[in-house]
Amino acid sequence: MIEFRGVTKRFPDGTVAVDGLDLVAEQGRITVFVGPSGCGKTTSLRMINRMIEPTEGELRVEGQDVLAADPAQLRRGIGYVIQHAGLFPHRTIVDNIATVPMLIGRGKKAARDRAMELMETVGLDTAMAKRYPAQLSGGQQQRVGVARALAADPPVLLMDEPFSAVDPIVRESLQSELLRLQSELGKTIVFVTHDIDEAIKLGDKVAVFRVGGKLAQYDEPGVLLSRPVDDFVDNFVGRDRGYRGLGFLSSDTIALGSLPMVSVGDPRPGDGWAVVLDTGGRPLGWVEAGDGQVTEDGIVPGGSLYDVGSGSLRGALDAALSSPSGLGVAVDAEGRVAGSVTADAVLAALPAARDDAAA
Amino acid sequence: MTWFLGNLDVVLRLLREHLVFSLVPVALGLLLAIPLGWVANRTATLRTVMTNAAGLLYTIPSLAVFVFMPAILGTQILDPVNVVVALTIYTVALLVRTVSDALTAVSGNVVDAANAMGYTPLRRFVGVELPLAVPVIVAGLRVAAVSTISLVTVGAVIGFGGLGLMFTEGFNRSNDAQIVTGIVLVLLLALVVDSALLLAGKLLTPWERARRAVGRTT
Repeated sequence: MIEFRGVTKRFPDGTVAVDGLDLVAEQGRITVFVGPSGCGKTTSLRMINRMIEPTEGELRVEGQDVLAADPAQLRRGIGYVIQHAGLFPHRTIVDNIATVPMLIGRGKKAARDRAMELMETVGLDTAMAKRYPAQLSGGQQQRVGVARALAADPPVLLMDEPFSAVDPIVRESLQSELLRLQSELGKTIVFVTHDIDEAIKLGDKVAVFRVGGKLAQYDEPGVLLSRPVDDFVDNFVGRDRGYRGLGFLSSDTIALGSLPMVSVGDPRPGDGWAVVLDTGGRPLGWVEAGDGQVTEDGIVPGGSLYDVGSGSLRGALDAALSSPSGLGVAVDAEGRVAGSVTADAVLAALPAARDDAAA
Repeated sequence: MTWFLGNLDVVLRLLREHLVFSLVPVALGLLLAIPLGWVANRTATLRTVMTNAAGLLYTIPSLAVFVFMPAILGTQILDPVNVVVALTIYTVALLVRTVSDALTAVSGNVVDAANAMGYTPLRRFVGVELPLAVPVIVAGLRVAAVSTISLVTVGAVIGFGGLGLMFTEGFNRSNDAQIVTGIVLVLLLALVVDSALLLAGKLLTPWERARRAVGRTT
């Protein structure tokens, strides 16, 4: 747990970077600091491991007063991931990852063994262990950065815009990877970004900062989308917040409808659309009414699939809207067709889901 | 060539002397320049003062330094310590700026990461900044070594040993073969030392090879 109590950072030139911050980053959760540049989000992060010293207030990490700790000792117990990874160019991948274990005096062998283990954890081929950072892609370097931060198994992880320098596709996979890792590791993570979408995707709780170092709102992402406290947050959260907010509402109450289904080789449907299944009952796409048989060439690509198990109203609505027939395809955990969902059904389920979320 | 072969023992002795007179000051100079370069990098003012002072030091004529050394150090006029001290000063003068530049060139992102990992300042300097400064320092060291090898010959004018003696003696005896041999040996010595430093620099920085192969700058 990380506690900010009335923390202020005033720089010698008089600028107030962070103004009276009160906030608790909860144990084992991802807390995202988000805001425009100059809002104090990075300064707040860097005060946690004393890279920047607070001017006023109290800051505790796992109950320990940060200002009473020796900076080097404190930092060895807090993982840190930065933009561009910040790897040591003169050390091999395995030695980069082994940095903190070596600093705290674990043997070289133990530190390297741990590093090899971590390479697998973050999805890196251990064949890369002896390479230098310059020989890796940006996304791979960032994975090494995450592995290095985790090497001494710190309870707290600070991440300063770690994915902002990689391309959008790699960023998305790194984000998903972080969520997967977190579901296994349960670290207390503070993540800084200027990207509200990233904040909403990753955060268990999101702190929106405004210019001048003031905390504007600190809430779960669903609440941020449905009930922004003021115009600033509303604007910052951006367009389509109503639609994006559906992502945080459970789709449990949606009643699934039936769905006309055919297989390749069957006669084409007499009217409307039918979904084409493979032999395992998984959807291949759609076929429109007509004469003759369903052929592989005649299959129209379907829309997004709505996974019933992990579904949100957003997933259900998107499946309905993106389907050529207007019927969204609902699938079970194995990817088999479970039924259909319509936009009307999603809207009908909305009031109950809202009440549920508010409760 | 006949002169060279006929006086092989003398030539080898002078070569050895020359090597000691040049390499000892270069090594001492490097050892002094590294902490001084680190100090120079503490603040902008220190950096300006120290690099300018070092530059000024280098402009003092070498002959004058050799002559004044005994007065400053209280040594005998022909004590080899005079040469070693004088040339060490020149090396330091050259390398303080190099070391300071090399340390400045280390990426701020990397230094920041090292701090965040929990490096103490000394450990960070030895473990991160210094290794990353090696390519630039070696480049400066090569210049310092070659120029020191050349400066040692000046010492012969006032009677110190080294290959410079072959110029002064050869000139006095009008022995062209001796002068030419001296020049060739000084050049060869400089070339060999320079190549050795180049090689040592490469062996010390395997990551640079990896970086060049990829063709990236970070």
